[in-house]
Amino acid sequence: MLNKDLKLNENLFNEDVEKRAVRDGFGSALLLLGEQNNNVVVLTADLKESTRVEEFANKFPDRFFEVGVAEQNMAAIAAGLGVSGKVAFISSYAAFSPGKNWETIKTTIIYNQSNVKIAGHHAGVVTGADGVTHQAVEDIALMRSFPGLTIFSPCDAIEAKKATMEAANINGPVYLRFSREKSPIITTDEATFDKNKIQTYWISNDPKVTIFATGHMLFQALMASKNLEAQGINTLVANVSTLKPLDTQTIVEISQKSGRVVTAEDHQVAGGMGSLIAETLAKNNPTPIEFVGLNDTYAESGKPNELLEKYKMDNNAIEEAVKKVISR
Amino acid sequence: MVIEDLTRGKLNDLKLKANKARILTLEMLFEAGSGHTAGSLGMADIFTAFYFHILKHDPKNPEWNERDRLILSNGHICPIRYTAMAMSGYFNEEELKTLRKLNSRLQGHPHRTSLPGLETTSGPLGEGLSQGIGIALAAKLDGKDYQTYVLTSDGEHEEGNTWEAAMFTGKNKLNNLTQIIDRNNIQIDGKTEDVMPLEPLKDKYLSFGWEVFEVNGNDITAFVDILKQSGNVSDKPVCIIARTTPGKGVSFMENDYNWHGKPPNKEELEKALQELKSLEENLKQN
Repeated sequence: MLNKDLKLNENLFNEDVEKRAVRDGFGSALLLLGEQNNNVVVLTADLKESTRVEEFANKFPDRFFEVGVAEQNMAAIAAGLGVSGKVAFISSYAAFSPGKNWETIKTTIIYNQSNVKIAGHHAGVVTGADGVTHQAVEDIALMRSFPGLTIFSPCDAIEAKKATMEAANINGPVYLRFSREKSPIITTDEATFDKNKIQTYWISNDPKVTIFATGHMLFQALMASKNLEAQGINTLVANVSTLKPLDTQTIVEISQKSGRVVTAEDHQVAGGMGSLIAETLAKNNPTPIEFVGLNDTYAESGKPNELLEKYKMDNNAIEEAVKKVISR
Repeated sequence: MVIEDLTRGKLNDLKLKANKARILTLEMLFEAGSGHTAGSLGMADIFTAFYFHILKHDPKNPEWNERDRLILSNGHICPIRYTAMAMSGYFNEEELKTLRKLNSRLQGHPHRTSLPGLETTSGPLGEGLSQGIGIALAAKLDGKDYQTYVLTSDGEHEEGNTWEAAMFTGKNKLNNLTQIIDRNNIQIDGKTEDVMPLEPLKDKYLSFGWEVFEVNGNDITAFVDILKQSGNVSDKPVCIIARTTPGKGVSFMENDYNWHGKPPNKEELEKALQELKSLEENLKQN
């Protein structure tokens, strides 16, 4: 069952559950931040509307910079602003930022310890019809190796808003990973976002498997757990919304309860969230794991749900992975 | 930007300082056993002019908020920057000998948070102009009147990022930013015009909405004059194409691209120091 203590959306499994794009939470947080802090500035590379910075641009034109289709320039300009007392957000598709400007981010933002927040939109195959070029499925792998970077991968629009607000409070680089399509609202305004804590969203007695999920895949994991419960298979579902620094203590504790683990992410399995969990458990509590994600291949154009199904990343794939890891 | 006139006495002092900077730079490169010699020597006059005449700065308070920002985009010539910083009092000249060594603040390519007084981290080319834009934009937002000077190389104009930044600066008419291009015509693989032709460089910048000046970058008087002149430009960014001689001051290094990325050995160092010391004697007699 959903963990009642966390004040999650009770209508989550209803047909008419509210859906919003994760990126929408970013846009509303920026508006708030713009009012609260004069040092907040926003840059985009010709993606004002689709990365949800348009309202900020309209309301705070002096603190908004359109750099055109030039992601390297955007990152390094933000780096200059970030070392000059500004809280600089750069907003583009993750396929281009950090996909195209990775070394610029390394040198001018990460190693330079500049106060820049990198918003990577259109993460994952659920970007859909635009196709593989616009589906960022390597960005976690690219970003997780950066020392000192904080990485947030929120599960819904509400958590995205909280993560964005939190990012502004951190004095240093942050990567925010957002998906494009509308997805079910899982949390509520009252739910707590603790950047240091992995929370267990689905709880059960005598769980056999813990499912660690990140981003919109949390919904697929929760669906899987609900279906599995009806089949008499008890699981836990943990929301890994902070990928770095990683709450290793909770990962070890909850996987000790279940003994087996499945990870679920809209990203390449190689180098993604599953790898982080596997590294943590290999070191602290070796545990059988199955990985749900893009498996060393690329997807294609299509509708988000069609892609999740075809590339074995939907709730059915997670259910199969749970059964498989139990059978091992 | 307020730059004082150069008196004859001050000019001679600056020439002596530039010469000393070349000596210290060669010694530190020899000590390090690796590093970039030609560009460092070529830019000694410009760095001396900046640290001892042009910049509004306080070596004892490197974080002073009103300071002018000097950004080095082509980070590989950092030996000359480190030398100018040490000579102007940011740190002890002895520390120059730690260049590129373990536990040193003088990293092989400049790292902002390692050494107070560095404005950016650089090395990978083409990123400095963009970082300078961010710093200049912050000045505008905060109503500060510091000037942002960005030193770039000609070779790094092969990087697309440089032109992305040039477009942005022109569009936004950033009149508080001055770019100085070290036009020394060499890069690792040879002459810039053989590797990838860059001319007509002046026309390129004019067409991007910049005001462009050309000057002999090894002539301190001319360089200071051009900077003063450029202060009259109020509606666009300024680009100064500074023609410099790579390896300047050492006869067997001048204009030889083989000196781009290597330090002198013992024998070469001694020969070079001999030349520079005799130049010093001449200057002292003036």
